[in-house]
Amino acid sequence: MTFRDVRNAIYPLVGISAILLIWQLYTHFLGINRIVLPSPLDILWASISNWDVLLRESWPTFLESVLGFALAVAIGIPFAVCVANSRVLNLTLYPILIATQSIPKVAVAPIILVWFGLGMQSKLVIAFLVAFFPIVVDTAAGMRATPVGLLELARSLRASSLQIFLKVQFPAALPFIFAGAKVAVTLAVIGAVIGEFIGSVGGLGNLLLTANSQLDSPLAWAALIWLSVLGILLFGAVVIAERIVMPWSDVGHH
Amino acid sequence: MQADIFRRRLLCLRKQAIQSHAQLDPQGRANSAPVPFGHFKDVHQSFKRSGQTPLVAIKNITFDLKAGHLVTLLGPSGCGKTTFLKIVAGLISASGGTIQINGRDVAEPQPDFGVVFQQANLMPWRSILDNVLFPMEILRRSDAAAKLRAQELLALVGLEGFEQSYPSQLSGGMQQRVALCRALIHKPKLLLMDEPFGALDELTRMEMQDLLLDIRVKTDATVMFVTHSISEAVYISDVVAVLSKRPSVIADYIVVNLPYPRSAEIRYSAEFTDLEHRAGRALGITR
Repeated sequence: MTFRDVRNAIYPLVGISAILLIWQLYTHFLGINRIVLPSPLDILWASISNWDVLLRESWPTFLESVLGFALAVAIGIPFAVCVANSRVLNLTLYPILIATQSIPKVAVAPIILVWFGLGMQSKLVIAFLVAFFPIVVDTAAGMRATPVGLLELARSLRASSLQIFLKVQFPAALPFIFAGAKVAVTLAVIGAVIGEFIGSVGGLGNLLLTANSQLDSPLAWAALIWLSVLGILLFGAVVIAERIVMPWSDVGHH
Repeated sequence: MQADIFRRRLLCLRKQAIQSHAQLDPQGRANSAPVPFGHFKDVHQSFKRSGQTPLVAIKNITFDLKAGHLVTLLGPSGCGKTTFLKIVAGLISASGGTIQINGRDVAEPQPDFGVVFQQANLMPWRSILDNVLFPMEILRRSDAAAKLRAQELLALVGLEGFEQSYPSQLSGGMQQRVALCRALIHKPKLLLMDEPFGALDELTRMEMQDLLLDIRVKTDATVMFVTHSISEAVYISDVVAVLSKRPSVIADYIVVNLPYPRSAEIRYSAEFTDLEHRAGRALGITR
């Protein structure tokens, strides 16, 4: 560990600790009701004493987010490739995509629930819907941002369209695709929770609602913390995937 | 099959003819001479502009290119020399005229040409070795022999040991050397270079010019080189075709008879400065 690593780790820790300390002191000395605002220690205690419930309820939320995100990647990237490379498809589909994107997902969620039921599928579909857009938009932007010089080089060798796509266009778009994926994966978690809020029998969103209705604020906050940890873990997984797929982006610059 | 053999024999004969007989012919009086390696006649290029008369970039370029020679297109910025090079590369099509290389009309990119651009245009996601091998992959000839040749070329330009590095780890001059190796990997008949050293600093540039002279000896490629540097043109060329301002024509056709091997000392010789003067006069800089 170098000095820089230490510094990069210490500063955020100091910041978080300071906020938690002020929060703890504030709730303690002003006698804030724990239903209104539980103290950090209350939340920690709720997290520890309910760890089995939290872990159990995390699993469906995790699955819904990951599967919805995976579906968005699997459908979104090929979709964006087609839209970016075909004028006709671009003109036909892009306005529809923008129009559907402007509909609030919360408003669509009840309809999705009617179609797919209270189980996991409906949440997966909502997670997919919110994750789909950033992946498509960023991938399409990446497909169009291929450096002209590289295209000219490929053309000077009379490369086929497939060769140009596989060897030039797609690798050049990877940084864009990963930028979209990072946004999409955190949105997928939000999508899953929206679904659970509208109607579900399990998941962290469901737990949060239940705890709230029972005025068990410490547990509701604990569920919230677990949700954010889930989001951070998924984001981190995409960052790690990016490093593995794009080792060149990590090397030192001259 | 039969036709293929016949064509190859014809090419072989033609090559012999070129070697035994070819005489440079600046005025394009090619009627009596055998077919030269490169033949450009009345090449014309104009671009349509909405609501205006077409912009004539190239009015008339006519000259012949001898096999194994290095010809430089020297001209001011915006004179259409890069346009001409791209026409020869088959990347854009001329509005009119004849462009023949090796007896073939050039109307589209030729896989047996190598192109070096103003920018190195390396792929950041590929290692140096894989960047050099890119043309072989496109031509589906990437095998062990190609890899060996790539390593030899990298060693030739002084980049041994950088095979597994990424482009972002290399300086501009080093990147341009990689681009040169990439252009040479498939043993091109014609090497087209579009101001390849223009973005480099003066010292690196002179180093690259020596490197190019060295590589020519080892690969005997025919080279067409675009530049706006008079001294660069005189130093590396067998022939300097000076292009006028737009609409461009050939203002002068200078045969450089400086001896090989050339080294930096030659830049200070009287013959060298005379040639520079002549090019300067053709460009309208000196009198």
